[in-house]
Amino acid sequence: MIDFLFGPFLRNEFMLRALAGGLLVSLSCAVVGTFVVLRGLAFIGDALSHGVLPGVAIALLLGLPGMVGAAAGSLAMILGIGYITRRSSLSSDTAIGLLFVGMLALGVVIVSRSRSFSGDLIHILFGEVLGISWADVASQAAAAVAVSAVALVCRRPFLLLSFSAEQADVSGFPAKRYHGIMLLMIALTVVVSFKTVGTLLVFGLLIAPAASAALFAKKTGSMMAFAWAFGAFSAYAGLLASYYLNIAGGGSIALVATALFFVLLALKRASASRRAGATARGARA
Amino acid sequence: MSGASGAVSAAVSAAVSATGLSVGYAGDPVLAGLGFSLGRGQTLALVGANGSGKSTLLKAIAGLMRPLSGELLVLGLAPLAAPERVAYLGQFHPSGFVLPLRASEVVRMGRFAARGLLGKFGSEDEEAVREAVAAVGIADLAEKPLNELSGGQRQRVFIAQALARRADLLLLDEPEANLDAASRATTRRLFSEAVAGGASAVIATHDIDAAAACDFTMLLARRLVAYGPSADVLRTEALLETFGVVGRAEGDKVVVIGREHGHDGCEHED
Repeated sequence: MIDFLFGPFLRNEFMLRALAGGLLVSLSCAVVGTFVVLRGLAFIGDALSHGVLPGVAIALLLGLPGMVGAAAGSLAMILGIGYITRRSSLSSDTAIGLLFVGMLALGVVIVSRSRSFSGDLIHILFGEVLGISWADVASQAAAAVAVSAVALVCRRPFLLLSFSAEQADVSGFPAKRYHGIMLLMIALTVVVSFKTVGTLLVFGLLIAPAASAALFAKKTGSMMAFAWAFGAFSAYAGLLASYYLNIAGGGSIALVATALFFVLLALKRASASRRAGATARGARA
Repeated sequence: MSGASGAVSAAVSAAVSATGLSVGYAGDPVLAGLGFSLGRGQTLALVGANGSGKSTLLKAIAGLMRPLSGELLVLGLAPLAAPERVAYLGQFHPSGFVLPLRASEVVRMGRFAARGLLGKFGSEDEEAVREAVAAVGIADLAEKPLNELSGGQRQRVFIAQALARRADLLLLDEPEANLDAASRATTRRLFSEAVAGGASAVIATHDIDAAAACDFTMLLARRLVAYGPSADVLRTEALLETFGVVGRAEGDKVVVIGREHGHDGCEHED
């Protein structure tokens, strides 16, 4: 039994690397995802994670590291979103949606120029969790430390911002500045995570564990801790499933994370209605 | 010369002072050419219907909106120059529902302006929070999540957040929204205690009674209708200009005692 649960990671270095990467990415995603869920930034997070595609595609065409391209792509996306929310009288959701579809299409068009490239497209979109190097793991560790440190230093403005942008402003923490810092944190998380779970699925790991945590947590700090626990479990269980069932690693991880959310949601509903039933019975008696 | 410097020092010592102030949105000044000065320890009610400009003026004083033109000094400084000395209670808290936040944590946020990014909470902060929580009567709710509280309870949490600032200037937008009569009375007593302690207050409201309790009243209808001591300003003719209609409660009925004429008239159902 123990060998079934841990053997694959102890016997195969590529599995160990994948697990280390998964745990670190879960940490960044838990910290950032908590704020994304609290502030209702899911759509911007989605746009950022998909917007990196053309950046990665161009970087690979030019022979540059994919992470450099991802960073450039997400910065372009942040600037685009900022421009839209400042200028557009149109619903910014609509404009951000168009921006991210445009970026996605641009990425596909760039990729389609090179035939040998189609395999890479799958890797960009869905990750190659079993192919990451110790250098990738190191960059994920650095990002996890950076994201956690920024969240710790900025916990007051971030809390105020989640409560009310106006209260952040009148408390001496300019909402725009700290919103920008938050977007950069999302971008950094996406940039180091896309190799593990892919640009399409990184969003799942960003949102699902934090959303699951929001079902139970009564404080922001415990929400992050729960989110990391759920994310880490998803990474471990997803990798194990991918090993034994021979299915895609990144997809399995994102699938476990989202399935976990719906299971927990159903459990919470069930216990809430049981409690309501008990109260009603108590009232009758 | 001495007159000019006297005016300057008056503006510096005032809680709020405005000259030729226009506020609103680019191309849409909601209020233009305002001039007034509120002394320290005094209270001002901004009275008007929805869209009259009272929230806009309050936001400008809070530093949330830059004036379109004119000069605005808050405690002798530019707006937002001393966030720890000015408390602002806004009207909308849209994201208050999803947050896993307890009431006491919301009140603690009132102290963030004084402590900045990394300053440690001291005994003064803990005491200010405790005192504010007790004052609005939410001590037994303090450890409850915000999203389990009723609208009135939440409003009391937000009032406690503003009080915890121990500010020199309170800017309150409809502070009595969602409150029952007992909480309204408590709230008014708390604000007058703060003012007795030396604070000034600007309160946006459409409640004539609340305005009458303030030293000064400014009637707004996308322009300045009247400004002066509350007893002088809150008269039927001026209120008529502000709201278009004035009523009086008689038993459980409201009797219209005045209505402004010259409107299109066809919107009224009489």
